[in-house]
Amino acid sequence: MLQRLRENKSAQGTLLALPTMFWMFALLIIPLLLTLIISFGRRSPDGDVIYTFTLDNYARLLGYSTDCDNGASACFNSLYLQILWRSISLAFNTTFWVILLAYPLAYFIARANPKRRNMFLFLVLIPLWTNFVIRVYAWMMLLRKEGAINIVIGSIASLFDIPFQPLEMLYTPGAVLIGMVYEFLPFMILPIFTSLEKIDTSLYEAAADLGANGIKTFLRVTLPLSMPGVVAGTILVFIPVMGTFIVSDILGGRQVILVGNLIQRQFLDARDPTFGSAASLILMIMTLIVTYFYTRKFGFGEEIVVA
Amino acid sequence: MTSEFAVELRDVVKRFITPEGIDLNAVDHVTMQIKNGEFFSMLGSSGCGKTTSLRMIAGFEWPTEGEVYIEGRPMGHTPPFQRKVNTVFQSYALFQHMTVFQNVAFGLEMEGADKNEIEKRVKRALEMVQLTGMERRKPKQLSGGQQQRVAVARSLVKVPDVLLLDEPLGALDLKLRKEMQLELKALQQQLGITFIYVTHDQEEAMTMSDRIAVMSKGKVQQLGTPVEIYERPANRFVADFIGESNFFEGKIKSLAAKEACVVVPELHAELIGIPVSDGLVNGEEVTISIRPEKIHIAEKGMSQNSFKGKVTNTVYIGTDTHVFADVHGKRIKVFEQNRISRLDPGSFYTVGQDVVLVMMPENVLVLKKG
Repeated sequence: MLQRLRENKSAQGTLLALPTMFWMFALLIIPLLLTLIISFGRRSPDGDVIYTFTLDNYARLLGYSTDCDNGASACFNSLYLQILWRSISLAFNTTFWVILLAYPLAYFIARANPKRRNMFLFLVLIPLWTNFVIRVYAWMMLLRKEGAINIVIGSIASLFDIPFQPLEMLYTPGAVLIGMVYEFLPFMILPIFTSLEKIDTSLYEAAADLGANGIKTFLRVTLPLSMPGVVAGTILVFIPVMGTFIVSDILGGRQVILVGNLIQRQFLDARDPTFGSAASLILMIMTLIVTYFYTRKFGFGEEIVVA
Repeated sequence: MTSEFAVELRDVVKRFITPEGIDLNAVDHVTMQIKNGEFFSMLGSSGCGKTTSLRMIAGFEWPTEGEVYIEGRPMGHTPPFQRKVNTVFQSYALFQHMTVFQNVAFGLEMEGADKNEIEKRVKRALEMVQLTGMERRKPKQLSGGQQQRVAVARSLVKVPDVLLLDEPLGALDLKLRKEMQLELKALQQQLGITFIYVTHDQEEAMTMSDRIAVMSKGKVQQLGTPVEIYERPANRFVADFIGESNFFEGKIKSLAAKEACVVVPELHAELIGIPVSDGLVNGEEVTISIRPEKIHIAEKGMSQNSFKGKVTNTVYIGTDTHVFADVHGKRIKVFEQNRISRLDPGSFYTVGQDVVLVMMPENVLVLKKG
C-alpha cells in the first residue's frame, strides 16, 4: 500500500491536498450552500427561517415591492437597486482614487535610495498596526462639524475676519470615499512598489540611450512593466471595498447605505436572514462578474502574486 | 563627421564615494582618442574603470573632472537621449513587454520616424543580425544568442556614430561567443561604424580590435594595437595581464647604442645585447620579461643568453606542450608548439632531464620598475 503510494504521484498530491480541501469544504462550501438555501426561505414572524423555495427575496432586491403607497398589491421600489449601484460605483471610485494616489507614492518609494526606502515602506505599514475601526473613527474626529479640519479652517478664517460656517463633511458620500481610499491605500502601494522595484534599471538607461526622454520612458517602459502591480492592487482593493460596511456605517451614517450595511442590518436589526442571505449572494455575484471581466482583460497580476 | 576622432576623453576623472565614505577614482585622469571607424576595446579586470568610462561616453554618468568629446563636441551634461551613440548592454536590457519588432522599432519611434520608414529599417536591421522571421516573438522566447542579436539590432537601427558594447558576449557559452565575435567584427567592418567594446577577456579583445586600451585601477596602462600590446607591453602589469610571461628582477650593467647588458641575479647570469627603449639609465633596476613561447629549448650546447636547467614538469594541452624548468631555483615556463605528432612518449622531455633554455635578445623585454 505504502509502496504503491510512493510510486503514484497524483495520489500523493491528492493526499497532501486533503486537509486543505477539508477546511475549504467545512468553512467555505458548506456556509455558502447554507446561505444559498436560506436565501430561498421565508422569514417567520418571530425572525426565524422557514425553509421553503421562494424567489421573493431576490425579487425584492430587484425592485418588486408589496408595500405600496397607492394601495396597489405590487409596485416597483428602486431602493435596493440604488444601494447595489451605490456600492459598485463607490468601489470603482475608490479604486480609481487609490491608484491615482498610490502610484506616485510607490514610484517615489521605489526610486528612493535603499536606506530611506525601508523607512518609507515602514511608514506605509504603520497605520495597519491600528485597528481598522479605530482608524475610521479617527476620520470621524477630523471630519465632524467640531472636528480638527473645521477648527483649523475656522481659526484661519477668523484671523482674516471672514465669516465661516463649519463645513458639513461627515455623513456624506465624500466622507465615505475618503475613508475607503485611506483604508485601502497600502494594499495598492505595496504591489505597485514591488513591480516597480523589480524593473531592471538598465531598462531605463536603454530607453534613454534609444532617445526616450523621461516622460516617454515612463509611458513606454515604466508604466507597462508596472501594470501587474496595478492589477494585483486593484483586485486587493476593489473586492473588499464592495463588501465593507464599517466605513460607511461610521462616516456615512444613514445617508450612505451600501450592500454591506444592508446585509448587516438584515441579520442584526431587521432579523431577516433570508433577505440578508439573498443580498450576500447578489453582492458575491456582482463582485465575481466585475473581477471576471477585469482579470480576463488584465490577468491577475500574477507576476506580483508569485513574487 | 566634424572631427578626426569619433570619441575623445580628455583627462577624465570619475570620483565615487564608497559606502565606507572613501573617495575612489574609478576613472583616474584618462585620456584617449578613438578614431572614426575603429574597433576599439577597453580591456581590464572588473573595477578597472572600463565600464565607467563607457557609461560616461553614453551619458549615463558625468565626469567629475575632464571632458568627453563626441565627434569633436564637448558633451558636458548632455543626457543620453541627445547623444548620437547607442549602447548594447551586458544584460541586453531588452523590453520584455515588447516583441522583437517593437524593441528594435523603439529607437526609431523616439526619433519620430514614420511607419513605413520604421518597418523598412527594422526589417533591414533584423536581416543584418539574421533574425528575420522572429519579429513577433517576445525576448523571453529567444535564446541568449538571439537576445544578444536583438540588442545589437536595436542599437544599430539608429545608425549611431558610435556603438558602445558593454561585455555583450559575457553571458554566452564559449562556442557561441567565438561565433559572435567574428560576426560583430564583420558587422563593424561592413557598416564602418566606430565600435567601443568593453571586455575582460583578452583573447576577445585581441581577436576583434584595431586598438586596445588596457586599463587597471582607473588608469590606461597601455593603448595600442593588439600586436604592440602583446609584443611590446609598456609595463609589467600589461605583460602579465595579456598572455603569459616569465619575469625576472635585473639591473642594467651597461648601456650602449640602445642595447643593454642586464645582470639577472636570479639566474646567476647576464643577458647580453638586449634592445631597450629610451628612458632607461645605466644602473637602473628593471624587470625582465620573456614570453614562454619565445624561449627555445635545446638539449645541449651553451651560447650567449642561454641557461642550464632541469625539467620539472611537462603538460600536454593539445596545441602546445608546457614545459617547466628549474634554473637555479627559479621556475621558468616554456611553451612548445606541437608541430610534430606527440604519440611517441619519447617525444616529450622527461622530468629531471637537463636542458638548455635559449632566449634570443630581441625576445627579451626590459621593463621599467613600478
